[in-house]
Amino acid sequence: MTALLDLQKLAKRFGGLQAVHNLSFTVEEGEILGLIGPNGAGKSTLFNLINGVYPPDSGRIVFRGTDITGERSYRIAHHGLARTHQIVQPLTNMTVLENCTVGACFGRESLPLARASEVAREAIAVAGLEDRASMLALHLTIAGKKRLELARALAAQPLLLLLDEVLAGLNPTEVEHMIGVIRRIRERGVTILMIEHLMQAIMNLSDRIVVLNFGEKLAEGLPAEVARHPQVIEAYLGDPKLAAELQREP
Amino acid sequence: MPRLLRRPFFWIIALVIAVFALVPAIGNNVELRESLLLAALYITLASNLNVMLGYAGYVNFGSIVFFGLGGYICVWLVNSYAWPLGLSLVAAGIAVSALALIFGLGILRLRGAFFALATIGVVEAVQAFAQNFTPWGGAAGIYLSSAIFQPLGGPASALWWIYFLMVAVMGLSLYLSYAIKVSKFGLGLLAIGQNEDAAAILGVPTPLYKALAYSASAFLPAVAGGLYFFKGAFIQPSDAFDLTLSTEALVVAMLGGQGTVTGVALGAYLYEELRGYLLTSETFSNFQLVLSGVLLLIIVLFFPGGLMGFVYSRFPSTKKVLE
Repeated sequence: MTALLDLQKLAKRFGGLQAVHNLSFTVEEGEILGLIGPNGAGKSTLFNLINGVYPPDSGRIVFRGTDITGERSYRIAHHGLARTHQIVQPLTNMTVLENCTVGACFGRESLPLARASEVAREAIAVAGLEDRASMLALHLTIAGKKRLELARALAAQPLLLLLDEVLAGLNPTEVEHMIGVIRRIRERGVTILMIEHLMQAIMNLSDRIVVLNFGEKLAEGLPAEVARHPQVIEAYLGDPKLAAELQREP
Repeated sequence: MPRLLRRPFFWIIALVIAVFALVPAIGNNVELRESLLLAALYITLASNLNVMLGYAGYVNFGSIVFFGLGGYICVWLVNSYAWPLGLSLVAAGIAVSALALIFGLGILRLRGAFFALATIGVVEAVQAFAQNFTPWGGAAGIYLSSAIFQPLGGPASALWWIYFLMVAVMGLSLYLSYAIKVSKFGLGLLAIGQNEDAAAILGVPTPLYKALAYSASAFLPAVAGGLYFFKGAFIQPSDAFDLTLSTEALVVAMLGGQGTVTGVALGAYLYEELRGYLLTSETFSNFQLVLSGVLLLIIVLFFPGGLMGFVYSRFPSTKKVLE
């Protein structure tokens, strides 16, 4: 396996808050890497750095051997990096299909309009939104909007997909369905880096886990290893009951 | 372009152009011609404004600067360098478009109210420049001698030529906003209009697209300005850079339904007719602008989708035909 994404000593400070500090890890091709940590640990900031929403203060981001540090978001999308947002960002007055066509048109392949809408339809099918393709994004339920985020990112035909809490706010049935969708996406050869608070789900889905705390890497390893890591239990999980739950075999 | 030819909307635009060109010409109706010339001008200004306003979601209060600057460049080239009208018009369009591209890359970093304010600033700055630029006659402006109409067969025939050119500019404006709307470029602009940050993350090259849209929407208004001031044989800063016309273009676009091609054109036509009526009626002649203000308020409060928003919601099937 080769590193698809290589983060080297990233740092980002907002005023007095050191959101990300000296953070290094790699995402290997084909894996699902889970990113966990308490609120404010710097997970979403890290996504924003990778995604070019703002540049890091120091450190390097290398994607497929190319240094993409400080590039604008739309350039990074062309490299084959797509993401979903924790707080959904639909193009509200456009249909589900149009939303996804934007993703396909301006994603990695930069497809022409006609081809893009075919790719968009495929992505919509993977996310299970076929029946709502011509619905305006603003009329979707929250679960629908989460799926739209996923479909739109997928339509860009990314090599690496960043998922920011796609399971948050969904009911158990929806969570189960979404986990299925994520598995299907991985089977299509897309590497996934995901942030998630639903422990059971992320421990189940991930090949490896990176734990963040106060912007730094606290632990890294297989889900079972991480869950047994004393510092992780102390700093993050705190609650022995939750720790026990994590140590149960998936 | 052959795919465009198969769409009914392409032929609807062609029909509108034909009606504009033929109806006054058949009866040699000069009065109707003058009224339709203004309507064609309003349609041109509003349709081009719509590319920024309706597609990319940027409120441009200063769209008049393209019209005025185009007028100045054209009149100046005709007057000082004796360029033929056609060439002067094209030169004005290209020059203003290029300037808009440069300006656009700068001021389009701003968003919302700040962008709107900056566009007014651009108008004021360009107006101040025109007032102090000696080759453009400063505050007194430029007068053209009546001899300039000779190459077009004298004043009477020149006015017909100018009218037909204005109709052509209107037609091109409609086709341009239609072609943009159904293109990948247009899809990117619409995405920017909905949520610029999300659009950038999806890969839409936002700074470039906005600047291109701003620049593209400058060309035809500049040509229209050239025609308009050539026709009047006179241009001065206060006429060329009158913010009233900018505001009217916004009212018109909102009235018809921003983001739609049909609505904006329809809104422009209706507004011009209403304005003509009010200006000539004894009771209302001083209230014309008051009325457009009230109109804008009513639209914003009760009909945010404008005329087309109303039509679409009543007759959803029209969405397939009327862009």
